[in-house]
Amino acid sequence: MRSRTGGAGLHPTVVLWLIVGWTGYAVLPWYGLEDNFFGLSWVAGGYPIDPEVAPALFLVLQGQKPWLVPLGLLLLAPLLVWGRSKADPLFGALLIAIGAAGMAWLLIQGYSVGLRGWRFEWLAGLFGEFDDRQFGMGYGALLTAGSFLFLFTLGLAGRGAVGGDVFVVGSIGLVVAVVTMFIFVPIGQMLANALVDEQGGYSLSTFLDKISSDRLWGLGCLSGGTRCGVAWNSLFLAILVGVLSTALGLVFALVVTRSGFRHGRLLRALTVLPIITPPFVIGLAIILLFGLSGAVTQAVSGVFGLQPTRWIYGLPGLLIAQLLAFTPIAFLVLIGVVEGVSPSMEEAAQTLRANRWQTFRTVSLPLMRPGLANAFLLGFIESMADFGNPLILGGSFDVLSTEIFFAIVGAQNDQALAAILAVVLLFFTLGAFYAQRFWLGAKSYTTVSGKGDAGVHPLLPPQLRGALYAIAGFWTVFTLVVYATIFFGSFVRLWGVDFSLTTAHYVKAFAIGWNEFGLHWRGSAWSSFWTTLTIALISAPLTAAIGLLTAYLLVRQDFAGKQAFEFGTMLSFAIPGTVIGVSYVIAFNVPPIELTGTGIILVLSFIFRNMPVGVRAGVASMSQIDRSLDESSLTLGANSWQTFRRVVLPLLRPAILAALVYSFVRAMTAISAVIFLVSARYDMSTSYIIGRVENNEYGVAIAYSTVLIMVMLAMIGLMQLAVGSRDIGRRSQEGETRRGQPDMGGPQPVFTGGG
Amino acid sequence: MKAKYLTTAVLAAALCGPVAAQAENLTLYCTVDETWCQQVARGFEEETGITVDMTRKSSGEFYAQVRAEASNPKGDIWWGGTGDPHLQAAAEGLTEEYVSPMRPELHDWAIRQAEASGNRTIGVYSGALGFGYNKELLEKNGLPVPACWADLIKPEYEGQIQIANPNSSGTAYTMLATMVQLMGEEKGFEYLKALHKNVNQYTKSGSAPIKAAGLGETTIGIVFMHDAVAQTVAGFPIVTVAPCEGTGYEIGSQSIIKGARNLESAKKFYDWSLRADVQSRAQEANSFQVPSNKAAKTSDKAPDLSTIKLIDYDFKKYGSSEERKRLLTKWDAEIGSQPQ
Repeated sequence: MRSRTGGAGLHPTVVLWLIVGWTGYAVLPWYGLEDNFFGLSWVAGGYPIDPEVAPALFLVLQGQKPWLVPLGLLLLAPLLVWGRSKADPLFGALLIAIGAAGMAWLLIQGYSVGLRGWRFEWLAGLFGEFDDRQFGMGYGALLTAGSFLFLFTLGLAGRGAVGGDVFVVGSIGLVVAVVTMFIFVPIGQMLANALVDEQGGYSLSTFLDKISSDRLWGLGCLSGGTRCGVAWNSLFLAILVGVLSTALGLVFALVVTRSGFRHGRLLRALTVLPIITPPFVIGLAIILLFGLSGAVTQAVSGVFGLQPTRWIYGLPGLLIAQLLAFTPIAFLVLIGVVEGVSPSMEEAAQTLRANRWQTFRTVSLPLMRPGLANAFLLGFIESMADFGNPLILGGSFDVLSTEIFFAIVGAQNDQALAAILAVVLLFFTLGAFYAQRFWLGAKSYTTVSGKGDAGVHPLLPPQLRGALYAIAGFWTVFTLVVYATIFFGSFVRLWGVDFSLTTAHYVKAFAIGWNEFGLHWRGSAWSSFWTTLTIALISAPLTAAIGLLTAYLLVRQDFAGKQAFEFGTMLSFAIPGTVIGVSYVIAFNVPPIELTGTGIILVLSFIFRNMPVGVRAGVASMSQIDRSLDESSLTLGANSWQTFRRVVLPLLRPAILAALVYSFVRAMTAISAVIFLVSARYDMSTSYIIGRVENNEYGVAIAYSTVLIMVMLAMIGLMQLAVGSRDIGRRSQEGETRRGQPDMGGPQPVFTGGG
Repeated sequence: MKAKYLTTAVLAAALCGPVAAQAENLTLYCTVDETWCQQVARGFEEETGITVDMTRKSSGEFYAQVRAEASNPKGDIWWGGTGDPHLQAAAEGLTEEYVSPMRPELHDWAIRQAEASGNRTIGVYSGALGFGYNKELLEKNGLPVPACWADLIKPEYEGQIQIANPNSSGTAYTMLATMVQLMGEEKGFEYLKALHKNVNQYTKSGSAPIKAAGLGETTIGIVFMHDAVAQTVAGFPIVTVAPCEGTGYEIGSQSIIKGARNLESAKKFYDWSLRADVQSRAQEANSFQVPSNKAAKTSDKAPDLSTIKLIDYDFKKYGSSEERKRLLTKWDAEIGSQPQ
């Protein structure tokens, strides 16, 4: 996409987007199809004349949908820049005007004409009654919209935005457009509900009344009362989980990279286990171990003669379960950062006669700050949004996420209340986000530069190493016990009652048989299993791609509105899945974008829920890579796209892997948004598992989870193979060169043998 | 940037299911448990050849979904689940009016449900409120066997009872409304206050208390009796009790969603699910509710509604959203937020 100035004819990029635009306008069906687009049944179904499957051009030529005419005219308009080079001021101005007009008209017509004519009554008042209608936009409209968007950004680049870089401006445009469409629009519609009162009107006083209620902000627990407000509970729990999971994650990252520990791979595999565990299963295992009739509780009360209690229900159980679940996320974020700290700095400190402890405290640890801050932020937000654990272990310790869920689906059925609780949640998570930025300040954490950097990480001071071993050892044993319980539970006939071994649960869920049509997936779990796997596999690379692209823009480019851009891309992570789920149903159930009941809505919800992890991982890694690397690439004549692909991307492999693995795993294990978006045809494993738990079939639920864990381990191993590792070319601790050796997990079977 | 379209194409290609045949379809929103839902969906498919797309969720979730989808309904029929959300949906005009030819075969309580809703919903099954206890835990703690509502507020049961929170669970709201109707509002709330001292946890979901009892996490759980029976059948040491003073009940209902795309299939399903032979099969799916068709057979394990004292439950009054809001606010202020 390099700009070739001068010469006659059209600018090649304009030609590209014109072809795309006209394909959308004149070739593909304009509206969404009742049947599947890729089933291609529309080709035989009256295409291109039948209005249901006709492209916009054919509709217009038949005199239908006249409001689509301006779009065709606007797609002709770029011919006006014929013969003009990109440097010509008119080139930019014209394309900006055309692109903006095209996008604006697409939105105006989409939001004005709905299923039953005008979508707003005032339009009918203005233009009179209207008996035409339209369905949701389809692939034709999608391509046309993309064409207008990129013509617009091309125009901006032509006017000199971000140094006239077509790729960068186009990327910013793309990210802004999709984030607006799939985060701001649905959330905006949802939050508008926060102001709705019982009569359906808008009322500020009802809002203020609800948001300041005692149920949210009460401080009874401090003065000896029964309970504190839900908001305080959530905040307290999230801070505890954020701090402790970061600390534990750091412990594991240090043990693996800095202690000379030889079985690091085993530890890695173990710490990854909890993250790939479907919701409810850890909670269930903890009840089976520590509940009133749990194995550990009974053993302890037998030995010490204590009366068993229900201590696990509430804050203690939640804390344990969330730490089990979120420590690995902190570990994944921290490992790249801990490895990325340049040994040269540490060697310099040692040369200046600092001992190991001083080096660690004053050089290594401060350089890890971006990683620590990101790990805390992720732990904090994950805890805030966690839904499965509070549901099963919460006891009387209410938190915001479950309150939101039950405000919507419970007996109260108060969407406005749910929206208000979501506002409070958002306030906390955004607060944490800004606190983190404040703490990081404007310091530089760059340690990977273009200069020679072939050092060795110093080992940790011995006392610290001992302490780290003890903590990591304890947590590892604990994790093992929990997973042994899960594994054992899947083979037990009925936990707590009948401990005889059986494979009946696996047979019930995953039986395969033969019938007259050949292979027959007889087990009850197969349908949701295949759907889940497909959707996770589609959404993971998309999530990683858009996340890392965003990170690149944030770290490497300066443009107007960067703050707002960053805020927007991080916003979705701060919003609990429940709210995303309901807001998607509200926003994408009616034209112009009609997605409920499809698999696409699930993919979209995963992309935009998990994208911030890709962004954070990318930002953390990229802020360690010196800009001079990019600059030398640019100086040598590469453009920004080539630089991104050839220089930045290979150095980002750990971040890519983290983003891929995380989004894949989250797509397989997420529940809170999914529960609103699953449909008859696209049911997901997690909603199926909840059904089994509700129906007392703990064995089947645990067996299904065990299978999912195995599948995820295998997939993570494959992803590692596919992504490969970053080679910074440092010496290893043994002094031999590690060139060509993997340094981040690498292509190796660590993850495949774990469970 | 071209990559975006490539990936979009790949994405969409992978998402395309089999091309939908032109045959008849039915999108079923099912609110009873999975096994029963499967049994019903497959049974209907086999008999009529209509392809059934079934999703299972709780009644609150479907109510939220039907409301959200109101301007462009995706579902055809909403089958099962406690009657209140069906009545609410009817009151909001989210469901279709339909008078089934099966009506003469049904129990009075099922038809009363239809009349209360302006023929927008009808009873499919019913279940009575009660409680269940874990007999091993009860013996271990040396507690007497409870038989009546009045037993549950005795001091020896302190910390032994679980019930759901009426704010989140329809089951617990039925309990609240039952106490108000059984004892009068003032006495009813006094009873619930006394019960509050014995409750160790208010769960979110309605059937969670008896599951906790099955796992030995609490001694007594207040739930619908058929949920307790299902625990016993699953092998847990649970004994079901029908309270001696009498008790309230729910009417599991079905409604056709307004604007259903497959209205004819939905009506066929509606009539089919009210047939005696269809309802008799519920027990095979471990569901022990009482069928609404008078001729349907019930399980010997199921609580026999004729031997249980049922109160004259006023669904119209206690299902209305004003009364519900008032009682829940009162419960929250006088009980839920009080120290135990």
